[in-house]
This record gives sequence, C-alpha cells and structure tokens, in this order.
Amino acid sequence: MKYKSQQVAYWFFALSMLLLALQIIYGFIMGFAHMGYDGLHNFIPFNTARAVHTNLLVVWLLSGFMGAAYYIIPEEAEQELVSVKLAYVQLVSLAVVGVVAIVGYHFNYWEGRKFLEIPRPLDYLVVVNVLLFLGLILATLFKGKKRTTTSLVLSMGLLFAALLYLPGMIWFDNQTMDSFFRWWVVHLWVEGVWELIMGGILAFLLIKITGVDREVIEKWLYVIVGLTFISGILGTGHHYYYIGTPRIWLMIGGVFSALEPLAFLGMALFAVAMYRKGEKKHPNKVALNWTLGTAIMSFVGAGLLGVAHTIPQVNLYTHGTLVTAMHGHLAFWGAYAMINLAIISYTLPNLTGRKLYDTGNGALAFWLSNIGMLGMTVAFGVAGVAQVYMERIMGVEFGIVQQEIQVHFAILIACATMFTAGICIYMYEFVKYGRPSEEAMLNS
Amino acid sequence: MLSKSQARFFFLGGTIVSFLIFLGLSWKSLSDDVPRQTNAQNLTPEVVRGKHLWESNNCMGCHTIFGEGAYYAPELTKVMERRGEAYVKLALTSKTPWSPRGRKMVAYGFSDAEAADLIAFLTWCGNVDLNGFPAKPKYQQLSTNQ
Repeated sequence: MKYKSQQVAYWFFALSMLLLALQIIYGFIMGFAHMGYDGLHNFIPFNTARAVHTNLLVVWLLSGFMGAAYYIIPEEAEQELVSVKLAYVQLVSLAVVGVVAIVGYHFNYWEGRKFLEIPRPLDYLVVVNVLLFLGLILATLFKGKKRTTTSLVLSMGLLFAALLYLPGMIWFDNQTMDSFFRWWVVHLWVEGVWELIMGGILAFLLIKITGVDREVIEKWLYVIVGLTFISGILGTGHHYYYIGTPRIWLMIGGVFSALEPLAFLGMALFAVAMYRKGEKKHPNKVALNWTLGTAIMSFVGAGLLGVAHTIPQVNLYTHGTLVTAMHGHLAFWGAYAMINLAIISYTLPNLTGRKLYDTGNGALAFWLSNIGMLGMTVAFGVAGVAQVYMERIMGVEFGIVQQEIQVHFAILIACATMFTAGICIYMYEFVKYGRPSEEAMLNS
Repeated sequence: MLSKSQARFFFLGGTIVSFLIFLGLSWKSLSDDVPRQTNAQNLTPEVVRGKHLWESNNCMGCHTIFGEGAYYAPELTKVMERRGEAYVKLALTSKTPWSPRGRKMVAYGFSDAEAADLIAFLTWCGNVDLNGFPAKPKYQQLSTNQ
C-alpha cells in the first residue's frame, strides 16, 4: 500500500464478505426447498430466497469491484483518492440500498424481473451511488500523474457498467421488449463490461505478482478485451433465440456465442504464460492461486459450459431448465467471485501489514471452495440433463420430474457444504488479518 | 509481432464495429419483427395490468416465462393451453398454498379481476411466436402422465 486512501478498499471487501455469507445461506434455503424441505415457505418463500441469493451476488461482486478500484486506481495513477470521506459515504449508501432492497424482498416489495428485482425508487439511489463512485475514481485518475492501460480498462469497464444499468429501468408493456432490454443490462454486464473489469484487475495482479513487463501484459489485455467484445456483444443473441425475437438471432447468437470461449481461453493462456514468463516470484502464494484459478475456472464455467448450452438446437431443450443453473454457478464463481477473492488475497497483506502469504488455511480455502463448487456444478448438471430428457424430450409432467431429481439436490447440498467450509476458512483468514494500519504503508 | 497500438486498434475497432452491428440488428428486430411476432396489437389494458401483477409478485422468482426465470415451478408460456382457464384461476385465487405434488406456491389469493388480468397476460404470452419454443416432446405418446 503506497497511498493512505487505499485503505477504503478494505471496508468494501469486508462488506463483500458479509454479503457473500448471506448469499450462501439463502442458497441453502433453496437447495433444501428443491429437496422438499420447505419449512421456511411462510417466511422466506422460494422467490424471495432466489431474489436475495442473486441480488446479494451482484452487490457483493460490485462491492468487491469497487474496493478493487479504490485500491488499484490510486496506485496506478500515483495519486491519493480525491476524497476518502465521500468514498465512505458511497460505501455506507451502497450497504443501505442493498439491505433495504433485500429486506423489501421479504415483504413482496420488488420488481420481479430476473436479476433486476430492485424496485424502481431504489434504482435511482443505485444510480446516484454509482455516479458518486465513478466521480471519485475518474477524478482521481485524471488528477493523477499516470494513466495506465490497466487503470483505463478498469475505469472503462466500471463506466460502461453504470451506463448499461439504464436500459433496464425503462418500462415496456411488451414482455418481449422488456426481456430484450433486460439482457442489455444482464448479458452485456457479465459477458461484456464486467470482463473489462476482470481483465483490468487480472492485469494489475499479473503485473504485481509475476513481475512481467507492464507493456507486454497490457498489450495482451487489449487483445483479450477486444475478443471479449467482438464475441460478447453479438453473443447477446443467445438470449434472443426463444423470447419472441426474429430467427436471425439464432444464427448470430449461435456463431458469436461459439466464439465467446476464445476470450476466456485467451485469458487463461495469458495468465499461465505470464506466470511462467515472470522472473519475480511474489511470495503471496494465496493470491497467485486465486489469480491463476480465476483465469482457468472462468474458461471452464463461462467459456466451455456456456457454449455447450448456447448451441441453438441444444438450447431449444435446455432453455429454462436447471442446466442454466449449472452454467450460471460455475461461470459467476470462476470469473467474478474468484477474481474478487484474488484481489482481496493480494491486497490484504498490503493493507494490514500482516504477511500471511503462504498459509495452510489459505490453500485449504482455495481447494475446498473450488472442489465444492465443481461438485455443485456437476450435481446441477446431472439434475438439469435428467430434467431435459424427462420433461422436454419424454414429456413427463414437471412435478413428477422434480420429484425424480430430488436426490441430486442432496449431492448438491453435500458439495455446497464443502464449498461453504472453504469460504468460511477464507473469511476466518480475512478476519485474522485485522484492520488496515498505517504501519503497512511504511513497510511497503 | 503485434504492437501495443495495434492491439488497442483491434480492441477499439472490434468493439465499435460489433456494437454498430448489434444496434442495427436490434433496431430492425424491435421496429419490425417483434411487434409482429408478439401480436403487439393484442396488448390490451388487461394484459398490461397482468404484466404488472406478474412483476410486482415476482412470479419469475419460481416460474419461467419464455424460458426465463427460476426453475422451481413450471414453465408458464403455454400454461393456458396445457391447463385451461379454470385450473389457472383456481391456483391464482386460492387462499391456501397451491401445492401440486407437495411443492408450495405462495397463496396470493388474487381477486377475480386480478386473476382475469393475469390470465389475459398468460394467454397473450402463449400466442407469441417463439421460434418453436417450447419444443413438443418427441416421445409424448409413450408417456402416461398427462
């Protein structure tokens, strides 16, 4: 840590950890409900648990991205954050909006559009919050001495993510139009601008961890984010196969979705190649695990499992089944949860001054959570494929199929328990690091 | 070997070209094909009220419509065709949780007017041209569970 204001990042990461813990709890509620144990139905019906689970995911990832930006931008721009006080205002308001939304979901207060359930009045607060965040980041960047590619890509990702939130706030009478623009937010976030954010953070981590020349890393960063956008923007078409939009999207979506794994493959090869090329071996092994892990798991989860599910002829049967949940879990975990855990692992020793670089707990957290999540993905996949064959191909009634596949949710819960154990250890380490300190600045 | 400025050109050029194609295709779809495929002329006030109810109760949090939503409860695009109006109305107006095969739905207890709006919305959805979704099961005739 070179700049005092970077400490703000710690509190965003702490908020992330808290929300991740809650997200997992609601995940278990849904897993048990799928098995037939829905004792909480009167208080937390499935649609509440579902909205809370996915929205907490989005908010903790965003909080992590914001923390990452507050850490990375001052260091890259060689400039203290323009206002630490406003950054804390932004943190508190983010937490308040998130909590109000989530409490509201328990009282039927929402706008039931998948992933965008936050009710309209709170949407405006989200906009104000994000504008404040962007103002702070961009002002720091432009006041700073340097504007590196890494910081520009990261800031561009954050700026576009904010802009793309807006199409999701327009009301349409027509369900098809509604869905069409909802994907401008959801798809263009996760398969577009969030990958810029991920790429920016990954480049920063690789520069720090491997010691490879910045020019080389940033050159490949451009190539990868270029591939991301070329495949991802038109890849939006895979959401437009079967929602009342014309057939041209079957072709456009099919072709460009097939290209999407290339961007992720590029990212994985890039990370591994830079690691091998690097002469400097940074002692922070935990951060290194997560950094290489995110590059590889995002290729598997988002890239490979994504394309398997977006071939139009396959998607005709898998669309709207548990197969989507299979892809969704490993994609979000590999690409966005892991990049957050990577940057947190890298920054914690620098923020707190405690150098827990290569602990057994750190490795255990990594392996337990990853193996657990892979097991969950397989359980969802088996349940999903069984559902597709029974319900969509054989024509067996939905409820009967759900009873048949209940057993896979027992496996899911077992694997989720392993995953949770890994996350608990990660959080234990997080707490053990203690708070950010002034000494940490002197040490670096 | 590729230089950094060439890489930047690839990124910016590729992004701009892709985005322009995307905007063009979107414009064509929304101005021409979508109104036709969705029978936009049939979006009556009842259908729109039904959509409001659909969203304000987060039906998508359990069900899917056009294959989008959650996977806890049945896909509803063709529910009117599959179950008929009487069954759907019963599920919507029930004061106790509707629970076919033990899986509970929230007991919304909608009024007759609200149920009629939701039925209008679901009927409209059922008539949208979805390029063949949901596909007819291949081996339906072998199944005895309908």
